[in-house]
Amino acid sequence: MTSDGCGAPAGGVSAPATAGSQAVVEGRVTRDGTAVATGYARLLGTGDEFVAEVPLGEDGGFRFFAAPGSWTLRVLAPGGLRAERSVQADYGQVTKVDVTI
Amino acid sequence: MSRSDVLVDADWAEAHIGDPHVVIVEVDEDTSAYDKGHIPTAVKIDWKKDLQDPVRRDFVDKTGFEALLSERGISNDDTVLLYGGNNNWFAAYAYWYFRLYGHDKVLLLDGGRKKWELDSRELSTDVPERPRTSYTAREQDASLRALRDEVIDSIGKRNLVDVRSPDEFTGRLLAPAHLPQEQAQRAGHIPTARNVPWSKAANEDGTFRSDDELRRLYEGEAGLDFGKDTIAYCRIGERSAHTWFVLHELLGLPHVKNYDGSWTEYGSLVGVPIELGEAR
Repeated sequence: MTSDGCGAPAGGVSAPATAGSQAVVEGRVTRDGTAVATGYARLLGTGDEFVAEVPLGEDGGFRFFAAPGSWTLRVLAPGGLRAERSVQADYGQVTKVDVTI
Repeated sequence: MSRSDVLVDADWAEAHIGDPHVVIVEVDEDTSAYDKGHIPTAVKIDWKKDLQDPVRRDFVDKTGFEALLSERGISNDDTVLLYGGNNNWFAAYAYWYFRLYGHDKVLLLDGGRKKWELDSRELSTDVPERPRTSYTAREQDASLRALRDEVIDSIGKRNLVDVRSPDEFTGRLLAPAHLPQEQAQRAGHIPTARNVPWSKAANEDGTFRSDDELRRLYEGEAGLDFGKDTIAYCRIGERSAHTWFVLHELLGLPHVKNYDGSWTEYGSLVGVPIELGEAR
């Protein structure tokens, strides 16, 4: 997280446990009950428009700071594995999406 | 210059692991990615610690760049192969630095870290020891970098390419959706800019689209006049380095600059014009 101003970043300086004023979309990717630590989560807008992408964490986790509305979450992993979910986000909410591939 | 002079695929990289004339360099925003595993023999450049000035809002100067490359064991004659996460954003940004400081033998790995990982290629946690060199950089090439006054003067005259997502362009978001929404004071875009998100230049695996597809995208769909000079910008200059690479290095347009101040600077300037909503 970076800040170019004097003020603290919205949501605080550490990873947010709550959404604050942000529209957070987060979750974990698993396969056969095990976290998928190598792979990518992509957030897509209307018409499959690319919005953001993050590598999955050690625990298969990902997090996006979106805007209110409908999004598509797509997961890519080695071996051509992929999955897609529809997501609704809103300010002040943490939308949890757990994905099994 | 053609695509094969600046872009190589993973097979090429694999074949040059251990080549004494090729230095593989991983450049990342999340530098812990390197520590978890990298292309064998690759050294690390930290986008923030190594490439940004620690005090002023600017990037590392000529002396700093020389010190960095000398310390990493990179010499003037080496071919440098750059790759990274985030679809090569920061690798393209570092590539732009290497060009700015006059290093000619620099290449980008098509697809970067993502394609390497999705292909399940070998990753290593061994950190190579490279003997120190005495690297000499050239003076910064001003023809590749746009500063704010030049950007303001270019409104309505040159191609301004805003490579952020449509939501950032129209003012719905202030930063990419994987980052907290902070940064510039105002949302929107520079008047007369066209919005061509960087992601349209890349396939899902992070590789670049073909030259024909890229030409159609910028000239056909976005209506850029390839006869005019072009300035690319984003939020902090790394996604626009990706687009600068496409326009200047892959498509060979002669006059393309990256505005690295980008929206975090422009969107905080007092008194400059800003547009909201779709491109006009």
